[in-house]
Amino acid sequence: MAVTTHVPVAAEPEASAERRAPTGRESQVRMTWRRFKQHQLAFVSLWIVVLFYLVAVFAEFIAPMDASTYNPRYTYAPPQGIHFVAVDPDGSWHFGPYVNGYKTEIDPEALRRVFTIDPEVRHPLGFFVESEPYRLLGFIPMQHKLFGTVEPDAPLYVIGADRLGRDQLSRLIHGTRISLSIGLVGVVLSLVFGVIIGGFSGYYGGWFDGAVQRVIEFIRSLPTIPLWLGLAAALPRDWGPLQTYFAITLILSLLGWTELARVVRGRFLALRTEDFVTAAQLDGASDYRIIVRHMVPSFMSHIIAATTLAIPGMILAETALSFLGLGLQAPIVSWGTLLQDAQNIRTLAGAPWLLSPGIVVVVAILAMNFLGDGLRDAADPYGR
Amino acid sequence: MLSFLFRRLIAMVLTIWAVSFVAFAIIQLPPGDYLTSYMASLSAAGDRINPETIAALRERYGLDDPYVIQYFKWIGGIVQGDFGESFEWKAPVTDLIWGRLGNSILLEGLAILVMWLVALPIGIYAAVRKYSLGDYLATIGGFIGLAIPNFLFALVLMYLWYVYFGQTLGGLFSPDLEGSPWNLERILDFLAHAWAPVLVLATAGTAQLIRVMRANLLDELTKPYVVTARSKGLPEWRAILKYPVRVALNPLVSTIGWLLPTLVSSSVVVSVVMNLPTAGPLLLKSLTTQDMYLAGAIIMLLGILTVIGTLISDLILAWIDPRIRYGGR
Amino acid sequence: MTPLTPMDANETLLRMENVNIVFSSPDEADIEAVRQVDFTLTRGKTLALVGESGCGKSVTARAILRLLDKNARIDHGRILFSADGGEPTDIAALGSDSKAMRSIRGNRISMIFQEPMSSLSPVHTIGDQIDEMIMLHDDVEQKSARERTVELLDQVGIPGPRQRADSYPFQLSGGLRQRAMIAMALACKPDLLIADEPTTALDVTTQAQILDLLRALQAEYGMAMLFITHDLGVVAEIADEVAVMYLGDVVEQGNVFDVFRAPQHPYTRALMSSIPRMTRRAQRERLNPIQGNVPSPRNRPEGCAFTTRCPHAFAPCSSVHPGRTPAGEGHWARCHLLTHEDAPRVEGILQPGVPAIEGDRA
Repeated sequence: MAVTTHVPVAAEPEASAERRAPTGRESQVRMTWRRFKQHQLAFVSLWIVVLFYLVAVFAEFIAPMDASTYNPRYTYAPPQGIHFVAVDPDGSWHFGPYVNGYKTEIDPEALRRVFTIDPEVRHPLGFFVESEPYRLLGFIPMQHKLFGTVEPDAPLYVIGADRLGRDQLSRLIHGTRISLSIGLVGVVLSLVFGVIIGGFSGYYGGWFDGAVQRVIEFIRSLPTIPLWLGLAAALPRDWGPLQTYFAITLILSLLGWTELARVVRGRFLALRTEDFVTAAQLDGASDYRIIVRHMVPSFMSHIIAATTLAIPGMILAETALSFLGLGLQAPIVSWGTLLQDAQNIRTLAGAPWLLSPGIVVVVAILAMNFLGDGLRDAADPYGR
Repeated sequence: MLSFLFRRLIAMVLTIWAVSFVAFAIIQLPPGDYLTSYMASLSAAGDRINPETIAALRERYGLDDPYVIQYFKWIGGIVQGDFGESFEWKAPVTDLIWGRLGNSILLEGLAILVMWLVALPIGIYAAVRKYSLGDYLATIGGFIGLAIPNFLFALVLMYLWYVYFGQTLGGLFSPDLEGSPWNLERILDFLAHAWAPVLVLATAGTAQLIRVMRANLLDELTKPYVVTARSKGLPEWRAILKYPVRVALNPLVSTIGWLLPTLVSSSVVVSVVMNLPTAGPLLLKSLTTQDMYLAGAIIMLLGILTVIGTLISDLILAWIDPRIRYGGR
Repeated sequence: MTPLTPMDANETLLRMENVNIVFSSPDEADIEAVRQVDFTLTRGKTLALVGESGCGKSVTARAILRLLDKNARIDHGRILFSADGGEPTDIAALGSDSKAMRSIRGNRISMIFQEPMSSLSPVHTIGDQIDEMIMLHDDVEQKSARERTVELLDQVGIPGPRQRADSYPFQLSGGLRQRAMIAMALACKPDLLIADEPTTALDVTTQAQILDLLRALQAEYGMAMLFITHDLGVVAEIADEVAVMYLGDVVEQGNVFDVFRAPQHPYTRALMSSIPRMTRRAQRERLNPIQGNVPSPRNRPEGCAFTTRCPHAFAPCSSVHPGRTPAGEGHWARCHLLTHEDAPRVEGILQPGVPAIEGDRA
């Protein structure tokens, strides 16, 4: 009997024993996990995603500088890179991470500052260097950064600086927190809408289901970006960063819940006719109990997979909105607002590192897509 | 067939009606009404505000009436082809949008064409030669195509073009041909400009179409009628092209229904990045300046455009799939 | 029906000689799905290939048209086909998409399938699909092809053939679909018709009509027929000869009457006794199903495939593949019971040292 793996284990002891005699019962979660681990690309992606979220959580600690620390002396300073081995002119070798300093000249024609890397000057790097006091996550007081220059005032622009001489890497790290969290919060909101609406729709069916289906079809038939833009444009300009942040997530999930609702409804419809649900109904279990005890566990993994697949869409939407200037606004640093600096092609040609948020976006989206695909396959062994 | 057509038409009208609600809601959303913004823009420009004009406008849009009346005044105007005034441009909205909307449709149509022309052969190849090198390349390319936001792709393309050719990529026409009527020179000029945005717009859709085509065709290739086709003595490629590919096309046509909204969405963003004279930049500008009748009209028309496109794909589907045409299963 | 004479060697249309079909997969050892199959097909006669599902009968049939899946191949053996009495062609040696093979397929040998719904393209009309067959092999215009199509549809008993030609498969009933399928298969007047369980998906009355139709058409066209089925009732109805397959082996073959009257292989006997008989209630006996399950081809015994379920299995059965042993005119079986002196005695089987039961060897 092939359907057993979908079913909560307690309901089917003999079937799972038959499938895997030596280990006996195996929970749904464990089985999904075991299948997931076989999916190598998804497994690697999982670690990449975890890394991304670690960066997001410990942004203040990992970023060598504050997102808004600027230094007009280093406008569009090029990337220094990190070096590990140095050879002095006298032939002696030095090991340990360092960055080079800059030489600046004024271009007599364009009257612009031109930076060149000065290989003579070396600023050694250290771990857990002391810094200005700051609060991790806004409440843990700290005085050290993960890494930084040992001399407190040496320039550190590993991947370059922006128009105001702010460290692009630090801004990218702070932006990661905003972009990833907006994806997460947006998806959680969508999930709440989706599970409630899709769940009711799928479990009770009838006219309610019909109406919900029409609404979903309607929303899905509309181009989302113009609508998002229209909604975002209505946000009052005098709102603070936090208000805008939540308003934007709300706007994103207002149109983003349909896919999750579709998945939930589909699972409910499929499960409603399963024997173990009928059995529970015949036993006189309440609707609530059937849904929570019997149905939800058997499609939890599907929801997790669908949720993972929905996050990239949210991140992309935020990035696009902010990029167009109608999403998050300037003091907030997100991948989208960072990319706003890259809108001018001439500037970009002089400072291509401004595109670095784009690379990060693509890597994050790819990893999440692979992860979601892997989870979906693992959750649904008979899906293909 | 007729009842199918009828049902689809009814659905389309209802959808457009719902779209008009959404557009109207967006017009109403910003704090203050249209005239406050209008007067603000007038006084900012140093113009004198004529109270009679204001009163006339107030009456025309029914700004003192309840929302329901306002809505009907607005939609009534639209039915007669009057979309209201843009205060930013000081011109009727209709004058502003048709040309740009035409450019949007042209670009999106070309993008769909390119998607199909590219995705179809690749998808067929990937399915027929499953797990071959070409299949893997198509899959990897598809994943990357899906993961790159199109405005980023546009930026990268423009950056590379600028760095390697020293030219900025963008616009749809050379300045001297901007307003000229369509002739061969203008068409060539258009194509010389349009390839880049079309390429950008088509990428993500192509990736999706390849995936859909591959999956559909893989399903169809194992169906018994393929064996029948071979058993007739048809050459392998002809058997595949005539039967399973033909059947796999049907669900592919219905993907336009969800491809089109995304395409319209991305064309808005890409047009802003590449500075194209389409509806996108106009929408963005109108939204940032709170020129709400213009914005509402564009949102409404983009919605209608999408709905009509979906209807067309439904009709094509009915035309090519007898099971839908005759209501069979 | 009159008793049938054994096949005339001159009329031999197709001869399978020692054909093995092997399935390979990237991570497992090859599986011999069909081994050492021999049989002969004669014009105007029907050979029924009988066996449980998965015994290799469909694979054998498809091998004749070289329509095996990509992971299957004819490992060795010859399939000799002589359409016009000339030098026979070895189908097994042709390329599966070669021109020579394609000109045989559909033209000289055609096939009908179990599920007429899914075996016909859902998005082309019946007429289209039949026209195509005609135009592919005969150099005719679409118009005259359509005339032939209408004639064929009429001949297979489809009412209103001219209008029906423009119908899609889903607009026809199962019986009509199968008739259309038959019309298509006969479009080029083939020498051999392979029918792969053509009646299995149909209800009983339609089944009988289709069998009648096939018999009548065979008489008219004089073609040979290879009829694949798992239904012994159908075999009795349509076949002249029967070959019984079990797990890739043809275990017994012969004239339908001989095989039905005096089955020699324990598997054939078991099959026979698992069919219910129409008798008075009081005289009914318990059905005698075959013990155990069909093992997977992977676990097939080295010797006789039926060893694991055979009630009479003895020493050599599991290790030595039994050869073909004659049990009458054109009737043979692969069973050690027929050759070994020391085999257990089984009633009704021609064993060495046991006098023949009356009239078995005609």
